[in-house]
Amino acid sequence: MASLGIVDGKITVRGLELEVVHRGEGPLLLLLHGAGGIDPRAEFLDLLARHFEVVAPSHPGFGNSPLPDLFDSVDDLAYVYLDLLEQFDLREVTLAGFSLGGWIAAEVAMRSAHRLSRLILVGPVGIKAGDRETRDIPDIFALPPDEVLRLVYHDPRKGAVDYAAMSDERLRIIARNRQSLALYTWEPYMHNPKLRYRLGRLKLPVLLLRGASDGLVSRQYIEAYRAAIPGARLETIAEAGHAPQIEQPRALVERMLAFARETAVKEGRP
Amino acid sequence: MRTWFFTETAWPYLPDEYDSIRVTLPNRHYDPHIGAELYHRYLDEWLHAEQMGLDLMLNEHHQTATCLDPAAPIMLGVLARQTSRARLLLLGNPIANRRQPVRVAEEMAMVDNLARGRIEVGFVRGVPYEISAANASPLRMSERFWEAHDLILKAWTTHDGPFSWEGRFFHHRQVNIWPRPYQQPHPPVWITALSTASVPAVAEKGYVVATFLTGFDIAKKIFDSYRETAARLGRETPSDRLAYAALVYTGDTDEEGQAGARKLMWYVHANKVPPQFVMPPGYVPVEAEAQAMRKGSVYDFSRLTLEQAMAQGIVFAGSPDSVFRQIKSHYEHVGGYGHLLLMGQAGFLDHRETVIGIDRFAREVYPRMRELA
Repeated sequence: MASLGIVDGKITVRGLELEVVHRGEGPLLLLLHGAGGIDPRAEFLDLLARHFEVVAPSHPGFGNSPLPDLFDSVDDLAYVYLDLLEQFDLREVTLAGFSLGGWIAAEVAMRSAHRLSRLILVGPVGIKAGDRETRDIPDIFALPPDEVLRLVYHDPRKGAVDYAAMSDERLRIIARNRQSLALYTWEPYMHNPKLRYRLGRLKLPVLLLRGASDGLVSRQYIEAYRAAIPGARLETIAEAGHAPQIEQPRALVERMLAFARETAVKEGRP
Repeated sequence: MRTWFFTETAWPYLPDEYDSIRVTLPNRHYDPHIGAELYHRYLDEWLHAEQMGLDLMLNEHHQTATCLDPAAPIMLGVLARQTSRARLLLLGNPIANRRQPVRVAEEMAMVDNLARGRIEVGFVRGVPYEISAANASPLRMSERFWEAHDLILKAWTTHDGPFSWEGRFFHHRQVNIWPRPYQQPHPPVWITALSTASVPAVAEKGYVVATFLTGFDIAKKIFDSYRETAARLGRETPSDRLAYAALVYTGDTDEEGQAGARKLMWYVHANKVPPQFVMPPGYVPVEAEAQAMRKGSVYDFSRLTLEQAMAQGIVFAGSPDSVFRQIKSHYEHVGGYGHLLLMGQAGFLDHRETVIGIDRFAREVYPRMRELA
């Protein structure tokens, strides 16, 4: 395993102590979570850990990672992960991002991709695709909670939560994640107006994945994402919504693995 | 004690069914011909209250049928010209939601001139459902509020040409407002509080703290917090630093007063707002938000009866004697205050009823309030 100085589940990046899931052996996979944070018990993490050394930090303000007072935008998060890659001199890293994490991953790769071997974006937000009167991503902060569930999941029963039965600690983390999500994505809502143009800089292999029933990231939106990235490939995962890692963990991991193998062969890497 | 007549200028003609009175209610339910008449009627009621010796208060909300005054400085401008004696309180300017604090400083300075120094300026954080209407981030609102406040105060009190502001939330390179306020150094400042969290900062500055419909216990906590903060700083708290807002209707008899108050309760009962607008992310601290998720909506007053509201000190209603006794009992419980913000019109309380309520209060209750304190 790479030497990341992880103590008690924390990785220190330029003085910032981030909570991190770190497991498995193989090529490095830096995994950037989405709006809901990272659940260490999630099956897809174990599936990935059979093939990769998975490093999945909680973003500043999410889980138990501190939120520096200065932070208020996705580029603050992108620089944290650029710092992480550089500080531990990581190379040949597979960078994967889910939803908000996909946006962060895109901002990382756009700034510097020389430590990355490939980029995998699962239901990413972050670009402006439609015109000014077309909201690309539904306004999850203004929708009834059950409607948000319906948009996020292929099978909304999988996402149903009983807040009344939840521990104080779990509820505190959910509220904290929700607040940090709003802090980073409020305006412009869920996007960086310049990202689409800048994605044209990317020269590494990029795979875009979308759950076929994703009600937040539409087919049209991810097509625009694909068109913005030279050579990017787009694949769909059946019977999954915005979180295929929860609804179809095996299918998702198979796709990620296949892409990693294929791009390794193409580049003549082991 | 000063009494300020207040109407929230509601559009009462709601559809039979609606999901939310705030943010999303389509304005096809607003008829401009009826609405124009309502504006003039509400202005007439303020003018009548001035005739009866009351001071006047107005407020501002957005994208809601509860309040047709999304641009309160405009209404304040009308009142500044049409009144001559009453002090005029705008409570208040939602300065964490306004993009240009310097514009707020200009509006208030200009209208203070129009009113020849009768303006009192409120700054409010705004209820959570104002977030969507303003597209303002609910995060770090308090920091944004105080930065806007600091910029406005500096704009009001700087008279030697432009200054520069490069803050966290606001940037303005050449601040030099014309006109400057009529009152020197600036109009009196009021700030609202729903809990004690924000009170010490208000007390430290010596501003008026106002609290709305917080009843016996929370109002007492808020006023105690103000007095304790002032005492810690070695200062007294004159009662004119504390203000309480209640729904008030005065009849000849208890039955008549309560019948009027039952109409005012529209304000409480019509305020139907779904959870996503009541609890935007970050409007309250993480722990409070977590508890709210567990409990569901925290602002549900739909089943509050008049009797309960009166028992809680949210409504003062009945004969003049009853209204006076209810105010006295609340006043004594919370340790006294110098301003009663009297919400004397809401919902379907019509013009005649509103005017009669104002008259009875002004003639038969207001003079007795000198007995307090």
